[in-house]
This record gives sequence, C-alpha cells and structure tokens, in this order.
Amino acid sequence: MVQVILPAHLRTLAGVSGDVWLELAPPVTAAAILDAVETRFPPLLGTIRDAQSRKRRPFVRFYACEEDLSNDDPDAPLPAAVAEGREPFWIIGAIAGG
Amino acid sequence: MSQVRLLVGTRKGGFVLTADGRRKDWTVSGPHFGGWEIYHMKGSPADPNRIYASQSSGWFGQVVQRSNDGGQTWAPVGNQFVYEGATRPHKWYDDTPHPWEFKRVWHLEPSARDPDDVYAGVEDAAIFRSQDGGQSWKELPGLRSHGTADGWHPGAGGMCLHSIVLDGRRIYTAISAAGCFRSDDGGASWKPINRGLHSQYIPDPDAEVGHCVHHIALHPARPNTLFMQKHWDVMRSDDAGDHWTEVSGNLPTDFGFVIDVHAHEPETIYVVPIKSDSEHYPPEGRLRVYRSRSGGNEWEALSRGLPQQHCYVDVLRDAMSVDRLEPCGVYFGTTGGQVYASADAGDTWTAVAHSLPGVLSVEAQTLP
Repeated sequence: MVQVILPAHLRTLAGVSGDVWLELAPPVTAAAILDAVETRFPPLLGTIRDAQSRKRRPFVRFYACEEDLSNDDPDAPLPAAVAEGREPFWIIGAIAGG
Repeated sequence: MSQVRLLVGTRKGGFVLTADGRRKDWTVSGPHFGGWEIYHMKGSPADPNRIYASQSSGWFGQVVQRSNDGGQTWAPVGNQFVYEGATRPHKWYDDTPHPWEFKRVWHLEPSARDPDDVYAGVEDAAIFRSQDGGQSWKELPGLRSHGTADGWHPGAGGMCLHSIVLDGRRIYTAISAAGCFRSDDGGASWKPINRGLHSQYIPDPDAEVGHCVHHIALHPARPNTLFMQKHWDVMRSDDAGDHWTEVSGNLPTDFGFVIDVHAHEPETIYVVPIKSDSEHYPPEGRLRVYRSRSGGNEWEALSRGLPQQHCYVDVLRDAMSVDRLEPCGVYFGTTGGQVYASADAGDTWTAVAHSLPGVLSVEAQTLP
C-alpha cells in the first residue's frame, strides 16, 4: 500500500479527513499515484496537474524520503520506501505569496 | 413572507446571507470553500435552490461547485474548460503573441428556463456552456475565433470575460480589455458592439475593439437598452449595443466597476464612482452610491449609512445586485469585506456584514 498525504484544501475537496492509502501495482511512479488519486477522487482532476497535458501545476510540489521529487520524470519508479508504504508520498501546496 | 438570499463571493470563501422580506435582520452562513477565491456565485432563475459557484486557487486551479438546496450543501461538478480548436494567439501586455490559456471562471450565468443550462465566462476570454448542470463544459468558439480576437489584450486583471447577459437567443458579453460583443444566434456568431466608446488609453480611441469595459447591465423589460461602466465613462445604448452614448453627467468621477438597474424602474441605475484607475477608492474617502432616475446624466449621491470619512475600499465589477421586492433592495460588497444593503432603493444603507474577506461578487436572490 502506498501512503499519500494531500494538502488540506484537497482533502476537503476530496472529502477525506486523513491520509490516503492506495493499492498500486509496481512500478510505483508519481504518475501512477496521481492516476489512482484522480480515479478515486474525481473532484481532484485538474487540481494537482493539468488534466490535458498532465503537467504538474506550478505551485504543487511532490516530496518523499526528504527529497523534492517535483521535477523528476513522473514515470520514473519512486523510492522503494514509498512503494512499500514505509514513507509517504507528499503532495504539497508550495509556500508562495508571503 | 418573501425572503432575500445574498450570494457573496470573496477572496477566501463564499458566504450566504439571508433575511426575510423586511431585510433588516440577516443571517450569515459560511465560509463555504474556506481559503479559496470565490469569484462568483449565482442561482438559477428557474430553480433558485440551484446555485453555481466558481472556486479557484493559484495553487489548485479551477473547481465549479453546485448546490441543489440553496447553498446549504455543495458538490463539485465539472472543471474541464478546454478551448475548441486552434485559434491564433491573442496579444500579451507587451504586444507579443500569447497563446490562449485557461485560468479561471469569472462569471457564471444560469439560463432563465433550465437549471441545468449555465454559461461561464472565463479567463483567457471565452464563453463556455454546460447543459448538464455543470458536469461538462463546451466552448462557444464563435466568440474567440472572431476576426478581431488576435488583437485582444488583457486588462490589468487579466483577459477575462466577466459579464454575460442572456436575453433569449441574444447574448451579450464583455471582455477586459476587448469590449462588448453580441450574439443574436445563441452564441454561434458574434459581433463587436463598441461604436461610440471612446478610450483615450488605446492608440485609436474609437477602435472597434480594445476598450476596457468593466461591467454591463440590462433591465429585462427593455432588452435593447444596455448600461455600461467602462474603465472611464458610464455609457448607455438603446439599440442593443450598436451605438453608445456617454451618460456620466454630473458624477464626481466616471471611473468605476459596478453598474446595475433597479428591478422595477428601467431608467433607474446605480454606480459607485471610484477616484481613478490609479487610485481605486472612493473620492474624498467617502463611500457613495450614485443613482440616476433618468437613465444617466443626472445623478444623486446616496450616502446615508455609508462611511463618509477615511473610506478607501473598492467595489469590484460583479459586487452589486438588486432584489425584486418592493421597494427594490440594492446590495454591494467592498474589498474591505463589508456588505451593504438598502431596502429602500438606495435611500439608506446598512452594513449587513462587516469583516468578511475582500468581496469579489454579490448576487441577490428573491425567494417566495
């Protein structure tokens, strides 16, 4: 199981109160996580990445294992600790605007 | 007894204010969608409990919310606004070509007869329509593919389609900073309707397009008469926008954003003069609504109950509305978070909310 932590606004929009756990077949990638999140929570379509281009929205970041993975290839396998559920995959609303 | 419901969109959420027909005691609910910008909320004339809300954020983009119970509960509907086909770029601020990019929904306009039929005015300027209650959106591409569109520039707030007025198969829209457009065939084809507008801030002050129209308003009993608050100048047209004449008259300044029409008197109109395009607050720090009972030119200041010193708020383009009770109620919200209500057509005013986030829009619903 993969643990995904959504920012507060997206938890509200998705109607969930805590972390999200997803069953994903390997390889576990950022794109696969986002596909699964959008399928399970349709209101989040377009809020994390553009629905057509699938490009990450500029003020959304992806962190895991104390690394910023935002600009990594979304189809690259994530660290084993994320795939095995030992570390969460964070979807972050960037600190911006003061 | 009748009720009035105010739908107030703010920088940090939506609020619903309700009162009975006396309009003295108001109940405030919200924030709905706290922390998100709510550019506009509007109810369906065919079913007032059907309300649409435009929810957006610089982080997470656009969401459209729908309520079927008068704003008590909400559910997100479709948020995919995909431009139809290839279109030549529009102009950017520096005159360079710029591709069309969807940013947000500025205005939602439900149709008169079907609660599932709703139009959306968006940035970058285009008009979309949903006929399934907001689940899916389809552009009316005739507007954005108009021959002038590659010369449209954004205004300071972006290139937004902010005003939609429906009159059967006739549709009026206004775009900053392109001007007004009219369709007589349900949105299939469009023509600019800016003749008579004079804007000294553009190279050709009398150009066919390029005018920074801030808002337009129409009384249903006079479908050929339009009123406009332009960047500078208050204007009217009596031929469905084909020709405009200035009616700023004795206003202390004719810059402003809002304009609206009395519910029962088609020649009674309201504006809130703002000092200038570089000083977005009331002249002399005194918040005054101006009313004309003659369709413009002759204006009277309405200030009873409004702050008359040290007031430096703005009133944005969609932040004024009227109810349909007798006497007509008039409402507006400010960037300082106040919502003012008048239950006597503007003669006296009361702040019915004091400290909301900056108000982006106000829509009044008159309920049985």
